[in-house]
Order: sequence, then structure tokens, then C-alpha cells
Amino acid sequence: MTIKIGNALKTIVATGAALMMAVSVAACGPSAATPSDTASSDSGATSSSENAKARSLDDIKKSGKIKIAVFSDKAPFGYVDQDGKYQGYDIVFAERLAKDLGVEVEYTSVDPAARVDVLTSNKVDLVLANFTVTDERAEKVDFAKPYMKVALGVVSPEDAQITDVSQLDGKTLIIAKGTTAETWFEKNAPNVKLQKYDQYADAYNALLDGRGDAFSTDNTEVLAWAKANKGFKVGITHLGDDDTIAPAVQKGNKELLDFVNEEIVKLGEENFFHKDYEQTLEPVYGDEVNPDEIVVEGGKL
Amino acid sequence: MHGAEILLQPGVFPRLLQGLWVTVWIAGVSVGVSIPVGLLVGWLMTLRNPVVRAIMRVYLDFIRIMPQLALLFLAYYGFARWFDWNLDATGACVLVFILWGGAELGDLVRGALQSIPKVQYESSYVLGLSPWQTFSRVILPQAIRRLLPASVNLATRIVKTTSLAVLLDVVEVIKVGQQIIDANRFQYPTGTLWIYGAIFFMYFIVCWPLSIVARRLEKRWSHD
Repeated sequence: MTIKIGNALKTIVATGAALMMAVSVAACGPSAATPSDTASSDSGATSSSENAKARSLDDIKKSGKIKIAVFSDKAPFGYVDQDGKYQGYDIVFAERLAKDLGVEVEYTSVDPAARVDVLTSNKVDLVLANFTVTDERAEKVDFAKPYMKVALGVVSPEDAQITDVSQLDGKTLIIAKGTTAETWFEKNAPNVKLQKYDQYADAYNALLDGRGDAFSTDNTEVLAWAKANKGFKVGITHLGDDDTIAPAVQKGNKELLDFVNEEIVKLGEENFFHKDYEQTLEPVYGDEVNPDEIVVEGGKL
Repeated sequence: MHGAEILLQPGVFPRLLQGLWVTVWIAGVSVGVSIPVGLLVGWLMTLRNPVVRAIMRVYLDFIRIMPQLALLFLAYYGFARWFDWNLDATGACVLVFILWGGAELGDLVRGALQSIPKVQYESSYVLGLSPWQTFSRVILPQAIRRLLPASVNLATRIVKTTSLAVLLDVVEVIKVGQQIIDANRFQYPTGTLWIYGAIFFMYFIVCWPLSIVARRLEKRWSHD
């Protein structure tokens, strides 16, 4: 807790960076993006390359607690149940990591836009918050091996199910603006008429009203929605390129990164993430979904 | 009315109250520490020393011009990166709200002190009171009466502004509300409004007594 007094220039840069952060948070606004949405960008503050020093593996063990940033309002990945306890796919993994390290978990609730900053400013040791690996983010944090993957899914009414992209030719597909679904269909399926909405809620309403023939976005999202809405089914559960989801540590914190990577490989041998899936995701997605389309074992795609 | 049932779910109300406690705690500590800071700042502002005056001027203007949100990000992320001074989210909030409350209250104190006519000082000296006696027995009691209503108003503003803490990922009443809304989004899709409605009443119950106190004091002292 030493305070070095920076010079005036530094303070001005600091002020600017803080303003930038505030602006970028405001710009994120209410958006339709899901946590795994690659289109949503993380908050700025890249102007400072300095990081607050990360804790070493020894520091963590000595303190008896590993600090992990998770979502607290993104069921079923990370959420707080009615008893006030953290639950979800990411949490099960976090608990196991802590157990193998011989420490307790101290959870920090995090918003999508803050996931990079909590690492660079050393607020937490590890981020396990449905963090999609992108090149842009990989410049600022170090990603471990993936433990989940996400692709596009297409949901449609049960009586006019779409099970293949070719069935969509000349038909109307509902999508949310700025999602990976928008770019994928524009590039790969030019014959599909796209109907774009700003919010997921609007897009779902459009599908319910029959304004379009199907709706496409992250498969995890449509699967959960279809389960809760009778008469709709996800005909295509896996489309386009896989985006991977991985734990992240502060850039250069190799010790912790190696530990997490070893854990992921080791846990792969006991099929840990399939068990995690059965426990947390299956109740939401139902048993028609093949877990292999979402779960990654041992960090291997 | 189906959405209203979300409020009756086990755990929902106790958790909202826990969140409210975090909100009240941040606001309470901030207001509590702001009072001595504000009195000191206000006194410094009335001094004739040009250096002290300039520093106070810069401090007040800086805090007033910067949005509280920017200050919060500075204290939370900035300090950790530049000075390796790692405040937790609640600590960063309290620090910022004390600096803000101290500056605003200081300005109120300055205004109140300067509004006391010069003749009050002069009369006190003529009666043989020392400078400290003059200040504590004559000036301060009058200044506090002019100060209190506006300070209570400032306190309610601090309570409401604590909702920004959610952006530093402090789990206060708003964040708890969002967690509850999300965890129940399939069972109670219309629960959002009810939860935010409950939070509205919680803020109201915290802030309302403050404004009653302010109004009472104003009324009572107006007849003196």
C-alpha cells in the first residue's frame, strides 16, 4: 500500500483515461448482446499499459483465497440463487480449481465490460465469466485453454422447423443487430432475407408474432429460450465457426496460467466438464442437445 | 399481477434488504466522514491566505466538474494501476463520496459563514468575547441553522448516487435486484418492474425521513 505521487502529466492522462472509460461504459448502453457475444467490446483504458502487479500462486495459497470474477446475473453460467449463493457452469469450475489449489474462492461479481479491467488492475486473480476468446482481448489478458464453445443456433416454430440453412432460401430470418449471426448470414447465405432488431426481446416477439420464419443467434441463448417457450424448437444447434470460451488471467501471470491449463487437461481425463454440463446447463437446455456441441474437454476442440 | 409473486419468493426480500444495507452503509459512512471534512474545507475556504484559497478552489471545481462516475473509475481502476494502491470497490466508493460530499458541504459551510454579517463579529469583540468564543458561541450556531437544510439535501443526493457503485461491481441493492430478475427470468418474465418498484420504495424509505427532518428544522428555526 505505498502511494507514489505521480507527476501532473500522469494525472492528466489518468483523468482522460477515466473519462474514456466512463464514455465507453455509457456507449455500451442497453444492448442486446449476450455475455458470449463477440461483437460487444470491452471498456477502454488501453492508453495505460501498466498493470497492477498480479498475485503469484504462492501469494494466493498463503492468503487462503483465490479471487475469481464471475457473472452474478447471467444464468445458467454464473448467477446467484435465492439463498444468495453463486451457482452455474462457471462456478462449478471455479470451486473445483480452488479445491485443487487448497484454497477458498472469493467471488467478485463482474459486468461484461469490466472483465478486462478487473484483471489489469489486479482486482481479481482469474476471470471465469463466459469470456469469449478474441484477438483483441488476447492482447490485454492471457487466456487459458478453452472449457466451452459457442456457435450459432437457429430457432423456429415446431410446425415449420428449419433444420438446414438451405431451407431458409427466400425466407425471412430474424436476427439481433451487431451479433455474429448478422455477419455470418450476410456473408454465407445471401439469399436469406434478414430482419434486424436492436433488442433480443424485440426479436423474440417478432418470432412469436410470426413476422419471420426463424431467429438466429448464439446457440446457448436460443436453446435456453426454446426450452422455456412451447411450440418452438432449435432445428440447427450448431452453425458457423466455433468461438471458444476460456478462463483469463492477467497478462504475464504465467504461473497461474500454467496451473489453470494443467487443471483443464487433468479435468478432461475425468470428463469433468460433461458432469458440470449435466449439473448446470442440461436443466436449461434439455436433453435433446448434444453436450459435445457446447462442452470442451481437456482444452481440445 | 403474476409478476408480483416474484416478491413473495423465499429469499427475495431478505436479499434485497441485504443489498439495501450495503447502500445505506456506503452512504452513511460517506456522509458521516464528509461532515468533519466539509467543516474543515469550509473554514479553509474563508481564510485570506491566497495559496489555501487557490487549492480549495481547484479542489471544489475539480470535484464539481468531474462526473462522479469518472471519479469512481479513477479511484477503483486508476489507483491500482498507477500507484499500486488497490482499493476494494466499496472502499473506492466511500473515498469518492467523501471527497465529493466534503467539497460540496465545504462550499455550503463557506456560504453560511460568509452570510453572517460582519457586525456580529464586531459586537462580540466589543462585548469582550475571544475570537474562539465568538466563533463557537455566536457565529457557528447561526451558520449551522443556515447550513442544515441544504446539507440534508446533500445527504439524500449521496444516498441516491450510491447506485453508481453497481458499475464498480459492488453488490448493492440494484445489483441484487438484477441478480434476482435474471435468476427468475423464465418463471417470472414480468418480474422486472416489480423488483425495481420494490427498490424504488426502499430508496424512498431511506431518503424520505431525511427530507422530513430538513423541513421540520427549517420551519422551527424560521421563527427564531
